[in-house]
Amino acid sequence: MSGPAGYRRETSGVHPPYDHPSYTSTHKRAPRHAPVRIEHTLSEITGPRFARETLAPGDNQNDMTHFNGGEALGERIVVTGRVLDEDGRAIPHTMIEIWQANAAGRYAHAEDQHEAPLDPHFAGIGRAITDGRGAYRFMTIKPGAYPWRNHHNAWRPNHIHFSLFGPSFATRLITQMYFPGDPLLALDPIFNSVPDNSARERLIATFDIEVTIPEHALGYRFDFVLRGRAATPTLS
Amino acid sequence: MSLLQTPSQTVGPFFKPALIRSGQESLITSESRGERVTIEGRVLDGDAAGVSDAMIELWQANADGRYEHPDDSQEKILDPNFHGFGRAATDERGRFRFYTIKPGPVPGSGNILQAPHINVSIFARGLLKRLVTRIYFPDEPLNAADAVLNAVAPERRSTLVARIERAERPAVLRFDIILQGENETVYLDV
Repeated sequence: MSGPAGYRRETSGVHPPYDHPSYTSTHKRAPRHAPVRIEHTLSEITGPRFARETLAPGDNQNDMTHFNGGEALGERIVVTGRVLDEDGRAIPHTMIEIWQANAAGRYAHAEDQHEAPLDPHFAGIGRAITDGRGAYRFMTIKPGAYPWRNHHNAWRPNHIHFSLFGPSFATRLITQMYFPGDPLLALDPIFNSVPDNSARERLIATFDIEVTIPEHALGYRFDFVLRGRAATPTLS
Repeated sequence: MSLLQTPSQTVGPFFKPALIRSGQESLITSESRGERVTIEGRVLDGDAAGVSDAMIELWQANADGRYEHPDDSQEKILDPNFHGFGRAATDERGRFRFYTIKPGPVPGSGNILQAPHINVSIFARGLLKRLVTRIYFPDEPLNAADAVLNAVAPERRSTLVARIERAERPAVLRFDIILQGENETVYLDV
């Protein structure tokens, strides 16, 4: 292709397969045919961009601990990190959207019927644009674990959902961030859908005392690595 | 420096309050240039049941065939009233609907024009990573030579081409997304 280079492909073993029998929702939803590999064209190397000014007022919400005129219940945490590509280059000004359960393990969502209390002061929704260094920061509440009906006595480990765009259609990523030391991780079919052990570990945030706010909030660090350009990068 | 990719995980069932905002299913304003088209369809699972918790995203070029992105340096005009991104959730019966324009053709490999198409991402509970497909347009002469359509087995190609639901303008096209089973939609590895 003439013009800018395409992006690297998904690394083998890093991303889950569509068909993952222990996660029962895949049974009727995983395609039976393998996807057809296509070359990258302008369609794949371009993608939507969300400038700060295109967010609606109040949309750039990275402090989730206050909502509806009150303070959310639970353990306050800072989650911060950078969005990088495989060459270690920062991805600036890219949108991050997050959502999560409250401290009791319940989503503010009509279809979440878990018998745990809703928190009127926690919506569990955040949105931010990375800065010039690709850095982001959210202040939130540590999400609770919750039961789901995937199998007998199934519990999701504590997690926060993240949605990222990166610079192109090819770099789009939705994932989940987990917490260190969670005993439910070993039992979770979704976490364990990632084939490669070290790739799986990369979904676990790092506790960082430097990120904490003394007397106020614990701190976790979580970096994202999106697909880099296919061509050998020019070192500058 | 070489870093390792962050793995994908499912969007799960609870994304709507965070990701879905009304109005995002329309890619156009009254000022956007181009031929209006409504695209509607359903997301269906392996039992042909509607998938009520899917999210569809569209990414497309403008009426002249230019993407609003710095890596598209074609000498075609940008449309200040068309940005090319749309997003919608399916309803309780798995239905979705977008309001957009037919994109112009954009070049592909070897600078050969691709047929007009819309790039589609599909996320849902039960999908551990997104599915990617393309919506092509019926009665489009460039379809015959399109590299992506020609990379697909002939008997499955029609799953990538929208059907005419209403020919009078504004046209309505139908594009069902079949996750699994008979007439399974062709998905693309990008």
